[in-house]
Amino acid sequence: MISVSDISKSFGKKGEIKALSHINMEVREGELFGLLGPDGAGKTTLFRIVTTLMLPDSGLVTVGGYNAVKDFKILRSKLGYMPGRFSLYQDLTVAENLTFYASIFNTTIEANYHLIRDIYVQLEPFKARRAGALSGGMKQKLALCCALIHKPEVLVLDEPTTGVDAVSRKEFWQMLRRLKDEGITILVSTPYMDEASMCDRLALIQQGLILDQGTPDGLVSGFPDRLLSLATPDIYRAKAIVEKIDGVDDAYIFGESLHIKTAALNEKAIAAALAAHGVAAGEVRSILPSIEDVFLAKMHDVS
Amino acid sequence: MTMANNTRFNQLKAFVIKEIHHILRDRKTLLVLFGIPVVQIVLFGFALSNEVKNNRLLICDQAHDVHSAMLITRLDASKYFDVVGYVSNPDEGTDRLRSGSAHMVVVIPSGFSADLRHSHETSVQLLTDGTNPNLAATIQLYVQSIVNDFRNQIFGKPDIPYEIEVSPRMLYNPQLKGSYTFVPGVMAMVLMIICTLMTSVSIVREKELGNMEMLLVSPMNAMTAIFSKAIPYLLLSLMLVTVILILSVTMLDVPIRGSILLLYLVSLVFIITSLSFGLAISTATNSQQVAMLISLMGLMLPTLMFGGFMFPIENMPIPLQVLSNVVPAKWFYYSINDIMIKGLGFGAVYHRVLLLAAYAAVFLAISYRNFKIRLS
Amino acid sequence: MKDRILDTDMSIEAHNLTKKFGDFIAVDSISLQVPRGEIFGFLGANGAGKTTAMRMLTGLLRPTSGSAFVAGYNIATDSEQVKRNIGYMSQKFSLYQDLKVWENIEYYGGLYGMSLRQIKEVTDLMMHKLDMDQERNTLVSQLPLGWKQKLSFSIAIMHRPRIVFLDEPTGGVDPITRRQFWNMIYETAREGITIFVTTHYMDEAEYCGRVAIMVDGRIEALGKTSELKTQFGASSMDEVFYMLARGAKRNE
Repeated sequence: MISVSDISKSFGKKGEIKALSHINMEVREGELFGLLGPDGAGKTTLFRIVTTLMLPDSGLVTVGGYNAVKDFKILRSKLGYMPGRFSLYQDLTVAENLTFYASIFNTTIEANYHLIRDIYVQLEPFKARRAGALSGGMKQKLALCCALIHKPEVLVLDEPTTGVDAVSRKEFWQMLRRLKDEGITILVSTPYMDEASMCDRLALIQQGLILDQGTPDGLVSGFPDRLLSLATPDIYRAKAIVEKIDGVDDAYIFGESLHIKTAALNEKAIAAALAAHGVAAGEVRSILPSIEDVFLAKMHDVS
Repeated sequence: MTMANNTRFNQLKAFVIKEIHHILRDRKTLLVLFGIPVVQIVLFGFALSNEVKNNRLLICDQAHDVHSAMLITRLDASKYFDVVGYVSNPDEGTDRLRSGSAHMVVVIPSGFSADLRHSHETSVQLLTDGTNPNLAATIQLYVQSIVNDFRNQIFGKPDIPYEIEVSPRMLYNPQLKGSYTFVPGVMAMVLMIICTLMTSVSIVREKELGNMEMLLVSPMNAMTAIFSKAIPYLLLSLMLVTVILILSVTMLDVPIRGSILLLYLVSLVFIITSLSFGLAISTATNSQQVAMLISLMGLMLPTLMFGGFMFPIENMPIPLQVLSNVVPAKWFYYSINDIMIKGLGFGAVYHRVLLLAAYAAVFLAISYRNFKIRLS
Repeated sequence: MKDRILDTDMSIEAHNLTKKFGDFIAVDSISLQVPRGEIFGFLGANGAGKTTAMRMLTGLLRPTSGSAFVAGYNIATDSEQVKRNIGYMSQKFSLYQDLKVWENIEYYGGLYGMSLRQIKEVTDLMMHKLDMDQERNTLVSQLPLGWKQKLSFSIAIMHRPRIVFLDEPTGGVDPITRRQFWNMIYETAREGITIFVTTHYMDEAEYCGRVAIMVDGRIEALGKTSELKTQFGASSMDEVFYMLARGAKRNE
């Protein structure tokens, strides 16, 4: 549905700021695809190119078969887009905002009400309230309604959950799942690693490079090393000792436990090494890496 | 085709309604907008009605004949003037003006009667304290009309070639304009604030809030979006022109001697010029502060400086006078002045109106060229 | 009531701390103790009262009722002393972008009443530790986001406060920077500085020693993350939080 091939984009007078370099990415029809990366990784730039708002320096983007550069007029009527900074019209009411966007997109609230119904019922009690007086979660819901009102085939959401609390975030992702079930292809970006599991597939992006892409499980299973977790009362000493063991790549404190990244060693070897230093270690067990661990490993590979 | 026109109209309508909401909900700005002209005109009217009566007049009668005596009696009889004394020469009068003990010296030249009778022409000189220009201008007009009445009474209808030329010489501010110039000035100011400043800031705000991205990806032609943004401000401007005119006529007794229709036509052209300048600013900037700065420095300041209603352009050094020609408000101001005060017709102002229209065309061309269908 | 408690092993002690704005009870009788050197996570949805609670603890707001001691000083009667003994950093509060790195350090050092000689010593140490010796004269605006975060944390603790308050410190940074950042936090805690961190990102909560979860102005859960997960039968803090916050009535 969305095909990004070999896209590069630089900014600055001499193009010295490389925002994207040779990005390749494929979003399939009806998929909920996540673009995961920290601030400044190039997510917004890529989305702006996909939504025809920006021209790439090189490479090709097609959405539903249409060229994002040449066919931008056709594409603009097929796309739903929620920009990252998007904050609605604060001085207009909920209903006025929605009516406005419906008219701009040549439609009415009634025409596509079934699409936004689930979301809009939560907003309806506040219909006459100005958008500026809504909570962060409510604002995001309204913004989503506005982006959906013309029944787009592809929905592009730039960091919709940034600055929204955990409960609202969860609800927001549930809404996206439902829209996906309606057959809408969704491309969404987020800086939060813990949202990766909500996507069908995702791409990891850092400094304008795609580090990896695939399903959440696929990415995790591609983690090259073993990740061990160890609980100990003397966590700082344990960390100092573990870091010095040959074969340990990385050790970091994770709340009450110590996480150890290693390619060569197993649970027993670690426990033995600690015992040798007189550190009372609890159980050392193997754990599943998180997307963050995968991201870290890939970042090390690149640099 | 009708289908397309229909959707375009709906989009336009939605946009205009939204914009009107923005304007109406920003109560403070609206209050300021209507407040500026009201307060200015009310204050000015107040100042006028309080100060203009019982002005102290000095007479320098160098003629001492029957007609000069008649004129003096007539002046003294007016409720606007009290003759507070006589001086023997203009210099003495000047000293009294400087000390503030008189507002004006009327100099009647020797041989006043004889000149009237024989050469059918004579002149009365007025020396005025120009430190309060508005007051000076007003009393000067009063004297002028009294002298005209006097002439008419003696010589009959005004088309008879008997002439008393009143030659006012305003001390300290010799190029002073009449007090009515105030009204076109307020109009130019307010229109500039609404059309240029408010429009540019409100478009740039859409960019800042990310709404412009949303509009760009919508099927609505973004240029249409921007034009429909201008419509409410145009309506608002016309409303304010009306308010200013009504206030001027009722509070300041400013006449509208020319055609009201023409007055609105000229205002409309000036509004469009200012709007297109606002558009040009908004397409060139991305932050509200910058838009505001450019509007203020690029337009408001020159308007105040060179618009002709605060500082007389004729007094400025030649380079500044030349520079003043670039300021659209100057041409608007002169046109309004000509229509309202002098009662001139389209023939007298059309060249200025064309100039304003040319400005609008240039600004619109710049906006069109700068306008991007994508983000930079 | 004595103004100063002697038991300074407790960095923060709050008893029934309450703040009302008119009829609205922003913070409803919360009590908590944070021992010295602990990393304490303070979680809650928007509008749960986190910010108000933190403003009281940092001496910016007077409580309506209840009491709290921070670094041994009463927040109601001794807020100046409280402020002198705490550090503060948030993602929103940031360094002056148009000043150089050393200028920022000097400015904030001065603000905390440090002498120029002290500031110089601390700066040398800090630059070395952050591996930023080359960047002293760099404008802050030109630093990568991660470096800025680490720098502002270092500045928040440069006057060796007893407690440092972190308000959503790591939003949007890359994983490497985040891990480095948390390493700095652990080191700081180990040196005996108490960390009080607010966040609404649950993966961040997992890094904390103990957490408190606020819902509608009250503390609904408090304990080690492992304990809370067991208590609520959840596999992650995210689930715990969702179970608690879902029932919230307030929304900003």
